[in-house]
Parts: sequence; structure tokens; C-alpha cells
Amino acid sequence: MSADERFSLVLFSGTDDKLQAAATLAVGAAVMGRPVEIFLQYWALDAFRADRIEADHGVAPEAGDEGRMSMRAQGKPPWIELVRQAKDLGDVHVHACADSMEMFGIDQDDLDPVVDGVWGVASFFAEADGPVTFI
Amino acid sequence: MQEIETVARQEQILHGATVDVTRSIDARGMPCPGPLMSLIGAIRESQVGDLIEVLSSDEGSRSDIPAWVQKARHELIEVVPEDGYARFVIRKAR
Repeated sequence: MSADERFSLVLFSGTDDKLQAAATLAVGAAVMGRPVEIFLQYWALDAFRADRIEADHGVAPEAGDEGRMSMRAQGKPPWIELVRQAKDLGDVHVHACADSMEMFGIDQDDLDPVVDGVWGVASFFAEADGPVTFI
Repeated sequence: MQEIETVARQEQILHGATVDVTRSIDARGMPCPGPLMSLIGAIRESQVGDLIEVLSSDEGSRSDIPAWVQKARHELIEVVPEDGYARFVIRKAR
């Protein structure tokens, strides 16, 4: 695999632990010079709504109380900060799934400005020409 | 986490550094990828030829900082293991 191969990331889950893990991967790929394409569906898209992006989105059930406390104790910057840093440092784009947008009855004005636009799934695959990571 | 900037001369005395650094970043305690991100930010603000020192207690930094420096075509001058952290010195090469 070429070091410059695109990192295509579909975000489905909207809990802070999964978004944190995804944002860490995205920033790592970006600083290593790989173009990154992020596609937001379902609960991940909901987490990128402008009015709730800074809110507590909880953690996945497998985290339990101990996992939740470990995450808090690590004191990482919020995942959205990592996404912003990734966009600042590299060739990183974020698009919202049109179908999920319709499900929530929202338009792009409802989303955080970090989201570049709204795409159908075919547009995503026009860009995501390699393996796709789904979180 | 707070970044602590000090002049090169003070750093040299404090950490027993073997090279004169232009800028020092104390990223100890920052989780991954914080120290690397701090280094990238400092490199962006620096001049070609500047020496940047990063102190990091994050295990990921031990592989990530050399990997990034190589990829970004800068120069890793030294990696010094200290008690509970490591000290990286990078020269901005371009």
C-alpha cells in the first residue's frame, strides 16, 4: 500500500469513545501525509450537529464505569478538536450522508462548520477508491 | 496541557542537553497524539535549521515522532531516554 493512499473512514457510532478513536486515526493519517475522507452516517452525524457537538455523547456500553473513568482520566482534547487539527494539518474532508440528513430532517446549516458538505453514498465511493474503515 | 517555552541556554543546563536547542516543548503528561501535534505546530512556526526539543512521557511518541520526522523529511538529531520520559531533538530541514 502506498503511504499516500487515501484513508476512507465511515463514522456510524456517535459515542465519544468511538469518535475519539476515529479522530485519533484521522489525525494520524493526516500528519503522515495521507488524504483522509470522512463520511458521517446515523449517530455520528447526529454528534456533528452544531448545537450538540460539545455535548457529552456518552461511551459505548462495553466501556462500563471503569472504561468511562479511564477515558476521562486520560484528559485528551475533545475529538472535535482532533478533527479540526487534522483538517488544519492535512488533506482532510468531512461529508455528511444525505440519507442520514434526511432521516434527521436537517440541512448543512444545522451541522458544525467542520463538515464540508452533504454527499450521497455514490459520491463517497467516487472518492473512497480503496479500503473503507467503518467505526 | 501546558507547553513550557524556555530559552536554549536554560534548557541546556536543566536537562543536560548535548545540543543547543532553539525551542523546547514540555509535552510530558500529554496523551497520544498530543506531543506529536505540539511538535508539528512548533515546526510550522520555526525557521529552517531551528532545533526543536520535545519532552514526552507518551509511549506512542517513541515510534510516532521518529516516523513523522522521517515522513516529513526533517532530521531527528537525538532521542534520549530520561527517567519516565524521552527527549527528542529535531532539526527543521525544509
